[in-house]
Amino acid sequence: MNALVSAAGVGRRFDDFTAVDGIDLEVMPGEIVGLLGANGAGKTTLIRMVLGLIAPTFGTITLFGGSPGRQARRRLGYMPQGLGLYDDLSVAENLRFASRVHGVAQADSPDLATVADVIVAELPMGWRRRVAFAAATCHQPDLLVLDEPTSGVGPLARAELWDTIHAAADGGIGVLVTTHYMDEAEQCDRLILMAQGRQVTAGTVAEVTRGISSVEVVAPDTAGALGRLEEAGLVALPGGGRLRVPGAEETRVREALAGQTGVRLATTPANLEEAFITLVAT
Amino acid sequence: MTRFGLDDVTVDEDGETALATVDLDVTPGSITVLIGADVAGKSTAARVMVGLRRPDGGRVRRPADRRRIGYQPEAAGTWAELTVAENLAFVASAHRMGSAGVDRIEALLDVTALTSATGRLAGRLSGGMRQKLAVAMAMLPEPELAVLDEATTGLDPVSRAELWRLLARAAAEGTAVLATTSYLDEAERADEVVVLDEGRVLAAGTAGEIRAGFAGTMAVSETAIPTGHAWRRGSHWRVWSPNGSHPPGSSLVAPDLEDVVTAAAIRRREGR
Repeated sequence: MNALVSAAGVGRRFDDFTAVDGIDLEVMPGEIVGLLGANGAGKTTLIRMVLGLIAPTFGTITLFGGSPGRQARRRLGYMPQGLGLYDDLSVAENLRFASRVHGVAQADSPDLATVADVIVAELPMGWRRRVAFAAATCHQPDLLVLDEPTSGVGPLARAELWDTIHAAADGGIGVLVTTHYMDEAEQCDRLILMAQGRQVTAGTVAEVTRGISSVEVVAPDTAGALGRLEEAGLVALPGGGRLRVPGAEETRVREALAGQTGVRLATTPANLEEAFITLVAT
Repeated sequence: MTRFGLDDVTVDEDGETALATVDLDVTPGSITVLIGADVAGKSTAARVMVGLRRPDGGRVRRPADRRRIGYQPEAAGTWAELTVAENLAFVASAHRMGSAGVDRIEALLDVTALTSATGRLAGRLSGGMRQKLAVAMAMLPEPELAVLDEATTGLDPVSRAELWRLLARAAAEGTAVLATTSYLDEAERADEVVVLDEGRVLAAGTAGEIRAGFAGTMAVSETAIPTGHAWRRGSHWRVWSPNGSHPPGSSLVAPDLEDVVTAAAIRRREGR
């Protein structure tokens, strides 16, 4: 099976600023590849190169076996961060326009029927993202590129949009997706983690988190402990009445909390968010 | 101590109820978080709180001097044509902060990790960096009341942790912070959580109190269970049983705030 898209050592400079610096990437049919990274890590620039909107300064990108030109782009669906919808057109008008641009008959969208006549600007964000997804997939693309498809959407709407993404992948479409929600990243087949334009790590969730641990803190005074850890320059994540300190040595946590009574510490495997923080912050 | 908040606030938009008899308190020195699904009314409540939207009923308690309010509107709040440094300097001069402003700008740039980007135009920043700038601008004049609408949307996990450190520090200095968010794990960091659902307060209290009030049981399953009450999260499915009997093949877990909000959205949909 050939990759739908592959990037080899690809990079992009803007004046003296290197936004993307030597990234390798491959998306196979039916595969969901997650692109993670800190803000400003170069994810959107990389996506723009994959789409053929800007040319790489170095390295090569192959889209459907050729260069990312106009012909290749027809087989590609793209949902930008800004959604790319016309705010002052209705849902039906947006979908009709997208279908005509791609030269395909307008498909039925039964789950959007209730909002077909609503002007996009008046829709809540969760609905707008569903419309944008329908517009990006109206021509049944082979590769789907989603730039933060669920940003600012409630949990149920996010879960439903991901069901749609999984259904598309099960049907053989390759998906390249960026997200800041780590529970979504866990649903990807493979991940690429970027920081400052470079690849920090890549692989499955198990591979990315392997060997990274967090210190779990149970303290009677959680708020006090949080303050002490932050004073010591440690990132602590509260949750369920406990604190977790990603990537820290247990002795360092113990020192930061010296004097606090009733504190219990345990070193445990890091989850994906904790691995992200550990890998990007160091 | 002055307390800020909403008393019995109602807002109608185009004949529909956006907020219905909403009460909430934002206490100086603490963080209140507003959570809910997409049509919950979080942004409307934030706009009413800062005085951009007049309520159709009820009372708003806010600082008498508007300049003592910091506000970061959803996905906005910076000038695209100005650099990071110019955006901050403009706010400082508008508030006549003088040399105190210079020191505070430096501290805010440090905590938001924007120091290396001071010369870049706000319009050329990545979405997340622009978001951090907007929050830094809202917090710059040391407001008595800070209202942040979806401040962490689109931020990476490291930036989110940085931003929360900024909010915690502001609260420690005495600011009353009201923040809306769609990241429900963040609500765990707040002193007070208010769950909005279709403009009504579904639950309010500490995160622990809200979890304790959850109706039914939660379970996790490795495979999809077609109950209509299951949704995907990460590599597994969450299964909500309103009557407390979890389906075979699933194992019981303690509900979290995301389950509270998701179950409310399902219940609302079923009520239609």
